[in-house]
Amino acid sequence: MAVYSTSEFKAGLKVMLDNDPCAIIENEFVKPGKGQAFSRVKIRNLKTGRVIERTFKSGESLEGADVMDVDMQYLYGDGEYRHFMKPDTFEQYQADEKIVGDAAKWLKDQDSCTVTLWNDAPLAVTPANFVELTIVETDPGVRGDTSGGGGKPAKLDTGAVVRVPLFVQIGEVIKVDTRTGEYISRVK
Amino acid sequence: MLEESGMDWHPSCSPELLHLRAHLFQKIRQFFADRTVLEVETPLICKAIGSDPNLDFFTTNYQLPPTQRTLFLQTSPEFAMKRLLAADSGSIYQICKAFRNGESGRFHNPEFTLLEWYRVGFDLSQLMDEVDELLALLFEGSVKLQATQRVSYQSLFQQNTGLNALVFSYQDYADYAHSSGLIDAIAICKHDHLLWLDFIFSHQIQPHLGQNALCMVHGYPACMSSLARNNQDNPAIADRVELFINGVELGNGYYELSDAKEQERRFDNEIAVRQDNKRPNAVKDERLLAALEVGLPNCSGIAIGLDRLLMLLSNSATIDEVLAFSISRA
Repeated sequence: MAVYSTSEFKAGLKVMLDNDPCAIIENEFVKPGKGQAFSRVKIRNLKTGRVIERTFKSGESLEGADVMDVDMQYLYGDGEYRHFMKPDTFEQYQADEKIVGDAAKWLKDQDSCTVTLWNDAPLAVTPANFVELTIVETDPGVRGDTSGGGGKPAKLDTGAVVRVPLFVQIGEVIKVDTRTGEYISRVK
Repeated sequence: MLEESGMDWHPSCSPELLHLRAHLFQKIRQFFADRTVLEVETPLICKAIGSDPNLDFFTTNYQLPPTQRTLFLQTSPEFAMKRLLAADSGSIYQICKAFRNGESGRFHNPEFTLLEWYRVGFDLSQLMDEVDELLALLFEGSVKLQATQRVSYQSLFQQNTGLNALVFSYQDYADYAHSSGLIDAIAICKHDHLLWLDFIFSHQIQPHLGQNALCMVHGYPACMSSLARNNQDNPAIADRVELFINGVELGNGYYELSDAKEQERRFDNEIAVRQDNKRPNAVKDERLLAALEVGLPNCSGIAIGLDRLLMLLSNSATIDEVLAFSISRA
């Protein structure tokens, strides 16, 4: 794997730190006029998701991490593992609930998502920015009320609960932004 | 055609910033004209270079067939200006470019603009008075600054960390790093007092200095001040001052060292440190030493980074926003 020096630390660069794969978020060059230069780095541990601040002496280096984001199709969950497939090679990967984390509530069979692989093993799962899911549970709203005011909780077929307008009914398919968990629109 | 290929030829700053810069230069020139301080110009390309172990320089090839030699782009105009002072120029100032290799970031561009001036007969506190007056003038009508603060390096350390900056105790420093979450300090700094001071100052102290005010930090440890005189009453500190506004380091000044022997000893030390750290070799400025030998008048001098000053005046978040073309567009 390549080695990166502090001057190459850019947002998005994946490196190994304390034996964990990490992604650099921000790198600030700090140098007293007459003193030693440092790089103050904000970095996310890709295993734990935690963001930490670290300092390096200018010129120090870190080993790159073999981390790749791969588009995959979500196949199914068997209670213990979730299974994914690369659509071009049909290669399959499995990830436990700890790795899938919050993404689980947006994953519907056959939908595509992004699986982050570290050394070819799943490290994290990111759902598509927008998903279309079916409402399985919600209070009967007032038909014809399209004012959008208020709203009510609705449970979706993946288990996620989102706030929807009053006029949206059980059985309807809606579009949701997975980054914010917000209802976008009905899908005809 | 180039536009279509996505070649970005635009300046990194707005037209307003070009005007602000021109206006700033005018005000500075008027300030010094009113005080009969002479504007001078010195070479950017020289045979010798400052030996500061923490500065990396650019070199260039000077070809005058059949000879060729390596020359240095100046990291500051200090040495040439001191030679003018030794030749009885009287008080002088200069607005010029300076070059520092590898320095790039939110507050750094490897090529930047300095205002540097020397006042014959001034000690450090007189120079600090003048800095205060100049900055008050330059900030007039834009950002309202609170009363200027003057504080010693040692007391800043004491207040912010409880540590004694002048006396190194590995255990005290490491305990402080531990309790303050500076997890990398111990591995990076080891038993290097200077490195510890730089680490703690830049992480824990500097970001809080001069909130909407000019903060002048003086009395730096003598080991951090290669071109300054040591204080007459306390040789453990140097007559050096640094300027900060809103946590941004804006300038560095000295009551100038005029002892040629002492200056040469410090250069030799620094050159040895550079060799130990496998940094490119610096060439000692023999002409400066010869000038000091003849005699530098008692004087104080300071350099202020004008790009950073423009950042503060225009409330810009990055140095790129005040430069016509930052290094990435140069």
